[in-house]
Amino acid sequence: MRVELGKVREFARATGSSHPEHIEGEHPVSPVTFLQTAAFWRTPANEALPAGRDMRRVLHASVEFVFPKGPPRAGTRLTGQQRIEKEWTKTGRRGGRLDFVLVVTDYTDEKGDLVAHVRNTTVVTAKPTGATA
Amino acid sequence: MTGTAAGDPVTWDDLHIGASAAPRVDAPLTITDFVRYQGASGDMNPIHHDPEFARRAGYEQPFSVGMLAAGRAASYVTDWLGPQNVRGFGVRFREQAWPGDVLTYTGRVSARREENGERLVDLEIGCTRQTGGEHLTAWATVVVGT
Repeated sequence: MRVELGKVREFARATGSSHPEHIEGEHPVSPVTFLQTAAFWRTPANEALPAGRDMRRVLHASVEFVFPKGPPRAGTRLTGQQRIEKEWTKTGRRGGRLDFVLVVTDYTDEKGDLVAHVRNTTVVTAKPTGATA
Repeated sequence: MTGTAAGDPVTWDDLHIGASAAPRVDAPLTITDFVRYQGASGDMNPIHHDPEFARRAGYEQPFSVGMLAAGRAASYVTDWLGPQNVRGFGVRFREQAWPGDVLTYTGRVSARREENGERLVDLEIGCTRQTGGEHLTAWATVVVGT
């Protein structure tokens, strides 16, 4: 994926940042959580989870971003590859089954250097999430 | 309290354990905020903007996208200590936030260390609803240049 200038500005605005380092020049720093926009670049070849999950039963549990040298700048070309690192099951407070999945994505630049390591944990509930809350 | 506005120089000496930024109180959440974030991020889960879909999932109305407040918590950190200085950021989602909620972001230094010639601070970030309920908790690790 290309870290695109207009997308960086759009994302900064949507997340309440007007910091000049996110906005000015041709190569601003992308916002910390910007790599969630990799959703636009996912294909069956680089995506770990099957498409078509029932979104009434999915909740986001946690997310982590690690940047060895800071978040990538606009203009950087990244290659991302997802993998499922861990899957586990818990019983919810109301007795329903909760299926957790931790998906890890590593992003490398043109030289092959690691730019970002992202860990997303989601939960699939037995019933629609509002029915179990 | 240390500097809070974008561009304010914050130094290593300012960032002692327990040092904090001024809390940020956001305007009440709107579904427009959710839609703007969803369009920007590409997460089009209808539970955050389609009232009928939200009802079928057991909710009275759409609720906020967790990553919206996660992104705003990150902006709170980068306004404080600079966008290019962030080395790590994580969020655990707690209770849902709803249209009309007023979210307050807080941050304090929880640890500091030197590693490979860089000075790093660890931050604890909070995001609470007007009810006092936690919407999310977050952490960040940031390099301090001066």
